[in-house]
Amino acid sequence: MMAQATALKAAPGDPATDPAPIIEVRNITKFYGEDVHALDSINLDFPVGQMTTLLGPSGCGKTTLLKIIAGLLEPSSGEVFVKGKPVTGPGPERAFVFQDFALLPWATVVRNVAFGLELTGVPKAQREDKARHYIAEVGLSGFENKFPHELSGGMRQRVGLARALAVNADVLLMDEPFSAVDEQTRRKFQEDLLYLLSVEKKTVIFVTHSIEEAVYVSDQIVILSPRPGRIHSKIRPEISRTATPDEIRRDKAYLDTVEEIWTNLRKYLD
Amino acid sequence: MTLFGTRIPPAYSLLIWIGLWEIAGHLEVAFILPPFSAVVMELFELVQRTGFQVAAWETMQAFIIGMAIAITGGIMIGFVMGMYPLANSVLGMWVNVFASAPLSSLVPVIMLLFGLGQTTIIVIVVLFSIWIIALDTYAGVKHISPSLFEMGRSFGANRRQMLIKILFWAALPEILAGVRLGLIRAVKGIVIGQLLVSVVAFGRMFRTFSDNFQFEEFWALTLILFVFALGFSSAIGWLEQKVEYYAGTRT
Repeated sequence: MMAQATALKAAPGDPATDPAPIIEVRNITKFYGEDVHALDSINLDFPVGQMTTLLGPSGCGKTTLLKIIAGLLEPSSGEVFVKGKPVTGPGPERAFVFQDFALLPWATVVRNVAFGLELTGVPKAQREDKARHYIAEVGLSGFENKFPHELSGGMRQRVGLARALAVNADVLLMDEPFSAVDEQTRRKFQEDLLYLLSVEKKTVIFVTHSIEEAVYVSDQIVILSPRPGRIHSKIRPEISRTATPDEIRRDKAYLDTVEEIWTNLRKYLD
Repeated sequence: MTLFGTRIPPAYSLLIWIGLWEIAGHLEVAFILPPFSAVVMELFELVQRTGFQVAAWETMQAFIIGMAIAITGGIMIGFVMGMYPLANSVLGMWVNVFASAPLSSLVPVIMLLFGLGQTTIIVIVVLFSIWIIALDTYAGVKHISPSLFEMGRSFGANRRQMLIKILFWAALPEILAGVRLGLIRAVKGIVIGQLLVSVVAFGRMFRTFSDNFQFEEFWALTLILFVFALGFSSAIGWLEQKVEYYAGTRT
């Protein structure tokens, strides 16, 4: 049962179908310096337990928005609420997965994965147990004592994902996590990510510039317009999550949604 | 080096030079150059003399104290410069000037200020090595990927954790390079300082040997200082190699 994708207006989601938002973005505007207007009055809800993708051409401020939600950047005006509380900086309910992995090159996989717990003072044995569990979960068993430079790009990002999962945050913020990974690895990683998230029940905010990736992984896609970034539209790809990855990639609803988004975005290229 | 088509390991080229030295010594090419074998014999005798041992101990003390101050101070200055643009604009110029200036010319002034004892030698060691350590640390801090800062912040690192668990290690390859260069400069500083002061430790010995035309002793002492400098620098080089694996892979 695969219905057509439904485009929603740039307004808060339909309360009848959306679960309660865990993150609310209210009137976020961001200027860099005096002239660069990166984001313009963004209002968005991120429903709990769902995967929302921020999609748009380069320079539309999608990473800026993600870092504001993470508390790594301050907005010029507006507010972000996590579980109803305003964001003033990074917090334990949010974990970040970096585009360039941001691993400690001098530390083993285990220490990297346990690093978030190390910072909060969890005892060594306990945090390494937890790290080993998540290393197995992202499919890196046997690599616990390797160093990042001994791993491929895809494996390094698995370490980054395990580190984010290990701190047990409610929200995962993923900044183009697969952009530095080759295409085959990327597809496998997307499939594994969907499986993992069905097990771990996280809310995910995912930044990407790949339309296929967005449609494949998301419950909700937010399309941003180029600078200054505004919400162009919101799309819910109504794709069955029970189908196999190959079925999904050949599914009509999937292909139509990709096409619809491409039609929307291509006008920004002229 | 290749000779007649055969590759000769670097150690052998040293042997060739030593051989040439030996021959030149026996031919009495120059009165300041005794045969290498005589110098080595003298070396073994020299290290047993109390005068030498006292001088070596004093020099070592001054060297270690001075280097400890220079390493701590240099790393601190480098970090402050790397993290705060204001500090960099205030300190940067001076650090650069001192790192490239011929500091030997300041040695007499330091002697006037600190007298003819150990303090002067320690100050000289610090002054010769601290600036290059600060500069290299600064370069290391500037090299740190911004996403490592963001990673630390987003996982809740406080200032101390950020500094000790992330930034120090991320800058370590450059810091070690600075320490190695600083060590070499410090050895130069010590020799220059002691020569100019010439009444303390090795300086006095050098002066005595050259004044009395005791060139076996003179060269033996020189050899010891060379080996000493080389030994320290290779020890740091070894440490550098241990962090080399990640210096190139930092993203």
